[in-house]
Amino acid sequence: MKKYTFTEKKDTRSGFGAGMHVLGQQNPNVVALCADLVGSLKLEPFIKENPERFIQCGISEANMIGVSAGLTIGGKIPFATTFANFATGRVYDQIRQSVAYSNKNVKICASHAGLTLGEDGATHQILEDIGMMKMLPGMTVINPCDYNQTKAATIAIADYEGPVYLRFGRPVIPVFTDADQKFEIGKAWMVNEGTDVSIIATGHMVWEAIQAGEILEAEGINAEIINIHTIKPLDEEAILKSVEKTGCVVTAEEHNRIGGLGDSVAQVLVKNKLVPQEYVAVNDSFGESGTPAQLLQKYGLDAKHIVEAAKRAIARK
Amino acid sequence: MEIEQLEKVASQVRRDIVRMVHGCQSGHPGGSLGCTELLVALYFERMKLKEQDGNVVFDMDGRDEDLFFLSNGHISPVWYSVLARRGYFPVSELATFRKLDSRLQGHPTTHEHLEGIRIASGSLGQGLSVALGAATAKKLNNDKGIVYVLMGDGEQQEGQVWEAATFAPHHQVDNLIAFIDLNGQQIDGPTVKVMNNRDLGAKYEAFGWEVISIEEGNDMAAVTKGLYEAKGRLGHGRPIMVLLHTGMGYGVDFMMGSHKWHGVAPNDEQLAAALAQLDETLGDY
Repeated sequence: MKKYTFTEKKDTRSGFGAGMHVLGQQNPNVVALCADLVGSLKLEPFIKENPERFIQCGISEANMIGVSAGLTIGGKIPFATTFANFATGRVYDQIRQSVAYSNKNVKICASHAGLTLGEDGATHQILEDIGMMKMLPGMTVINPCDYNQTKAATIAIADYEGPVYLRFGRPVIPVFTDADQKFEIGKAWMVNEGTDVSIIATGHMVWEAIQAGEILEAEGINAEIINIHTIKPLDEEAILKSVEKTGCVVTAEEHNRIGGLGDSVAQVLVKNKLVPQEYVAVNDSFGESGTPAQLLQKYGLDAKHIVEAAKRAIARK
Repeated sequence: MEIEQLEKVASQVRRDIVRMVHGCQSGHPGGSLGCTELLVALYFERMKLKEQDGNVVFDMDGRDEDLFFLSNGHISPVWYSVLARRGYFPVSELATFRKLDSRLQGHPTTHEHLEGIRIASGSLGQGLSVALGAATAKKLNNDKGIVYVLMGDGEQQEGQVWEAATFAPHHQVDNLIAFIDLNGQQIDGPTVKVMNNRDLGAKYEAFGWEVISIEEGNDMAAVTKGLYEAKGRLGHGRPIMVLLHTGMGYGVDFMMGSHKWHGVAPNDEQLAAALAQLDETLGDY
């Protein structure tokens, strides 16, 4: 099994900020918008170099989505940024009508997604955003796993024509993917090949899955670990190829078990190949205040829970 | 175009509106009839549109031309008729309004690639934001085109409108002219009774807009004059708001001034009575 090591920990939102910095220098059509959270979204380098291409919207997310849709008329590529809660649920109808149905080239970039936002608590810890966004026809949904992948994804979506939801987070986590990786929308990344169980993870849960894989290996279980950074369109081929080999699946996501990655994978399995699937996800509840590590543990999302889910899945084969 | 000619176009547009709504027995004739002068004056007189060999041509980006957004998308009949009569798509297509497989959806959409439409609208309160984005893109592109957007007065009850109203003067979006169709009616009754907007002009002024009024929004000469005046105030750091006083259902006596014709289609007899009041100037579709 391939060993993943890291020399530093960084937040994925900083990967987004770094990606925006690059885009500011490379693509004159990229415009950044923010709803009073410039520091949290790490937009300072972009704004410093491109003040005329930054639009401060104030605490008015609905207007920000509409302005973004309008900016595409004239060829701009707007990146609308705020916390995931305010970027999705708060403005769902604006996204639905002015962006998705109108097929506008808007990039909705959302930080502080999921439980690991931590101490701010449930009002800000959105766990339903992947579901809401993937249900919109034509919407691409991306949840990268570390700083480098988030930076690469940010740069990649500017070259893709169409609405995108890019989800990332606040906590510092290991940087374990390549700095110069090429990000392919809709293409799963094989983290580790294995034969006994497929662990399919997205976002912050990929690192937890890698750790789970090491624990399982020590117990003689050979886990295949796949990073699904693009939840929609889903790389069905990669999933099916993996389960042909392993015969069972664990999905891991920092999201409600209803409507997230797990359900997307289940749809693929139901239609093509019935194998046992175990969900590692929030069990249809809201979050609460706490440190990211405490919350992952309490809500059943850490490596230990992935290990247990893998054993359950294998037992059901 | 002379006022008299514009009035002839308006008469035909009104015929189109009542015939379209009658044809599918659904849709919104009241607000459509009330805004006929505005849309005819914009598309046939005031707006700079992209043309090739004397015909209008449409592309999504709309560079170096004026743009129009309809935020209160339910008055789609007047927009569809004006777009067709201006040459964006065949007039015969008006017969498909609200029917299966039509490009003329109940509310405007880009989804069916209908020429002239650049954003979906229908869910209220979003059009001003979109227009501000398009106007900002024009500024970034050093494009001198003007962006026009029409909203309803009932629509002013949506919170997003006031987010946009705050944004526009802050960012000095002074290449935009917004209109509020002040017909005083909404679905559940007179606007003052349903949810009183009070003094919209004072509100927008307090937000930092330049506000002008067109008191006779169904008088073609008054509308073209008002549009000329509004245009003259562009470019001075402030967005322009035009309070357009119209009569809901204007031009068809039994539809005038009542919210009852907001979203109701005429029956055969009512259609005949309406058409008798409107000259067929350009030929029915």
